[in-house]
Amino acid sequence: MIDPIHQFHLNKIFTIGHIGNQEIAFTNSTAYMLLAVVLIAGMMLAAGRALVPGRFQSVVELSYEFVANTLRTSAGSHGMTFFPLVFSLFMFIFVSNIVGIIPYTFTVSSHIIVTFSLALLVFLTVIIYGFYKNGLKFFKLFVPSGIPAVILPLVVVIEIISFFSRPISHSVRLFANMLAGHVTLKVFASFVTMLGALGFVGKVGALLPLGLTVALTGLELMVAFLQAYVFTILTCIYLNDAIHPGH
Amino acid sequence: MAESHGEAKGTASAHTEAEGGHGFPPFQKETFPSQIVSLVITFVALYVIVSRLALPKVGGVIDARQKAIDGDLAEAQRLNDESEAAMKAYESELAAARARAQAIGAETREKLAASSDAERKALEDSLAAKLAAAEKSIATTRATAMSNVRGIAADAASAIVQQLTGKAPAGKTVEAAVDASLKGTA
Repeated sequence: MIDPIHQFHLNKIFTIGHIGNQEIAFTNSTAYMLLAVVLIAGMMLAAGRALVPGRFQSVVELSYEFVANTLRTSAGSHGMTFFPLVFSLFMFIFVSNIVGIIPYTFTVSSHIIVTFSLALLVFLTVIIYGFYKNGLKFFKLFVPSGIPAVILPLVVVIEIISFFSRPISHSVRLFANMLAGHVTLKVFASFVTMLGALGFVGKVGALLPLGLTVALTGLELMVAFLQAYVFTILTCIYLNDAIHPGH
Repeated sequence: MAESHGEAKGTASAHTEAEGGHGFPPFQKETFPSQIVSLVITFVALYVIVSRLALPKVGGVIDARQKAIDGDLAEAQRLNDESEAAMKAYESELAAARARAQAIGAETREKLAASSDAERKALEDSLAAKLAAAEKSIATTRATAMSNVRGIAADAASAIVQQLTGKAPAGKTVEAAVDASLKGTA
């Protein structure tokens, strides 16, 4: 029977080593992370240097300018310090999401630990850079200006809670979207095979879930891009807080 | 159908439970260290490649293109300015030439008018001189004619008197009579 959760299983390919008692394995997830890195690096480095770009070079330059514009509009020109980080994040999530839509592949970002690690990377970058750049003025982030003194304590508490829940919402959004999308795809795809096994009538009936699966694949392509973009733009907004904490 | 699917799911998860015994894969904590280590290694590798090689390269290409475009635009602007300047020079040259032509024309016209005036004046002068000479000759002719008339009249008078009286009158008396008669007619 088809198990919609099976696609999320991690399979050990070989053991890299041990940290304490914990075995560190090279898994299918590692392979797909590596694949994403190889695809991005290959694409970026193989692109031509023509004055008038061809299709392939255009795609590479488009991704460069897309991320650069996203970062510049949300975090200002000073935010370009973080361009390599933001670009790496966007491309890593985007490429691994797109690869994950191909049947039989594994989706790296459908594991909460991966998205949480990336969100934590952003969170720690914001805190470390925020204090490094602004010193104690970074605390202004929690004290919005123009708030009446009476409700200020309440607002500060809300700001602190919202700040510390950022890595959770940041990571769960991506993880849940990818997970739910792939489960839905698998469930509808499994209807096709189940109905197809029921003879002629079943085969005709299987056309409906088949069409839905095709449509969902299109939707998932959009989600793959959109969630990578959402993750990126939230990263930019959080980085903007580190650069300009005064609201 | 929904029921059968539910069953399928139930058996599937039971199957997973039986085989793996760890539940939902994304929440299997024992896989976390492997994934974190994999992610750290691959993401750091990606970051290094992106920041050291990929972005400088692509950014350089984009910058070079921007520079080429800016340079071409500046060059086009320069050529445009140049052609405008040439146009202006041509127009001012044309205006100067036109002014010069007009000046030459006016000068020629004045010169011609002056010379024709002089000629006319000379002609008028010569005509006036001729007229004066003619008038003078007429006057002298007339004076001569008048003196002849006196002589003829005196002769005619003495002849008439001789015919009538049979003797010639004294010259002086005839001349005085002719003079008196001429004065009377005059």
